[in-house]
Amino acid sequence: MSETEVEWPWQYAFPPFFTLQPHPETRSKQVSAWKSLILEYCQKNKLFIIDVREAHQLPLFHNSAINRKLDPTVVVSILSELSKSGNAGALDKAKHRWEIYWHTLEEWAAMIYDHVCDNGMQNSVLTLFELSQGEDVQDKEFAGIHTDVLIKALRVLEGERKCELILSDEEQGVKFF
Amino acid sequence: MNRWKYTTPLLLDNESTLTSEKNVRLYDGDQKTSFEGGELIITTHRILWGRPGAISKGQTCLALNLALIVYIEEESPSAFSFSRSRKVVLHLSEPTDYEQDRPQQTSIYNFIKLSFREGFNSNVTGILNDCIQRKHWEIFPQPTAAEPQKHAPQIKLRTGIVGIERSLQEKQKAADESISVAFQDLSKLMIMAKDMVQISRTISTKIKERQGDITEDETVRFKSYLLSLGIDDPVTRNSYKTDNQYYRSLAKQICDFLQSHIEEMGGMMALTDVFCRINRARGLELLSPEDILNACQIMESMELPLKLFEFSSGVRVLQLSTLDSESVAEATAILLDDKGSLSSEELAQALGISFTIAKERLLTAEKCGKSCRDDSIEGLRFYPNRFLAE
Repeated sequence: MSETEVEWPWQYAFPPFFTLQPHPETRSKQVSAWKSLILEYCQKNKLFIIDVREAHQLPLFHNSAINRKLDPTVVVSILSELSKSGNAGALDKAKHRWEIYWHTLEEWAAMIYDHVCDNGMQNSVLTLFELSQGEDVQDKEFAGIHTDVLIKALRVLEGERKCELILSDEEQGVKFF
Repeated sequence: MNRWKYTTPLLLDNESTLTSEKNVRLYDGDQKTSFEGGELIITTHRILWGRPGAISKGQTCLALNLALIVYIEEESPSAFSFSRSRKVVLHLSEPTDYEQDRPQQTSIYNFIKLSFREGFNSNVTGILNDCIQRKHWEIFPQPTAAEPQKHAPQIKLRTGIVGIERSLQEKQKAADESISVAFQDLSKLMIMAKDMVQISRTISTKIKERQGDITEDETVRFKSYLLSLGIDDPVTRNSYKTDNQYYRSLAKQICDFLQSHIEEMGGMMALTDVFCRINRARGLELLSPEDILNACQIMESMELPLKLFEFSSGVRVLQLSTLDSESVAEATAILLDDKGSLSSEELAQALGISFTIAKERLLTAEKCGKSCRDDSIEGLRFYPNRFLAE
């Protein structure tokens, strides 16, 4: 994955940022700074999945300039915080792999449905590939969206009875209403 | 024969038997006497002659002082004599005393003969000559002169309970004396210690007067010396009836002594340091940790300028009662802003306080949201709390 230059916040160069603070008020500030940094970083890099075991390979959690790493347990706790606001979700029980939703699934769903409505594609069937990689979505926010995330977003729409997923082995498509 | 005396065969002091011969007859000059077939003993002082068995039984015998002998010779046996008998001639000086009991009061001869009927085994003439030259009897008077005094105390008869009591008393007295000798040095030391305290006081006031003249370094060193002497009238448990009173006055004394030091150190002193400082100042009459702790615990209720404070980590310090965690945190935060970041060691060095207190100060600041930590493999450091500031 190509590295997009992220504009690091001041905290990134502040060593205490990489230690979970015991003082509650300080900690909440620290954690919220981490949350926004993670979302911003993932958005810039189109990063949908973080594996906590390999988190240190990301410059996000490892500032080699000041030689500080964020402890994996702290990463998990921050991601757990993110999941509370619907911005992340654990993929396994051990909480090693996480999906990051810099837009929540609901936001993704709304965006996709808006796009479908704008193009008058209700009652038609689209493949998931078309939705994420298609030519007419290149300028959209959800262009290049991870298939698993896309399915989850569409499941939200399905819950609202706005589409129906067709998931067979060969064809993965969705019919919008 | 007038030189011989009747006496008991008991040996005198310093006298020892050299040799003895049997079957000896005494001659007065050339004349035979009735003293025949007897036992002859030569000692270092005398020649003793007794009837056979008389000497061993302690019966009266004849004695001749060797001091009277002038010359000894052995009479050569005549050509006609076939007996084994040998005769020794003793030429004698005039007798010195006449009072004593003698076998013969006067004699025309100046010599006597000892006739050994069966000859003699040992070299009698040689032994006698040797004795006369050594003059053992002349060494004798000196010890006799000293004798009466020497024996006097030993002769004391101590019988019965009174005697035992007296000897016990004497032993006690001797022990008392040796103990007081042993402690003489210590009491001198105590007297000197008071003077030393006095001297240290005058020096410290002098230092205060001319603070500019001496370099900072010297002042610090001097102060550290003076710290070791300071309390000349220590509060001791013995002088109080109840523990409570004792702790109260002890608390007061600790405050008086430590207040200025604690102020210098930024308002806090770990209890271990308090313990060391106090006991060093007291020198003798040391306090137990328990006593100090008890005294410190009542300081707050007595409204003294110092109080005991326990950090949440369990570290206990004595701090100025005017100090609260808020102001400590404030002061630490200012320092942090100055330095950018601090570890406990650096803070301890910067303020000249102990490591534990430095750490507690930083933790206090953190608790108040004034600092934040950076816990890495390089150790625990503290930074100004930019999370809350920005």
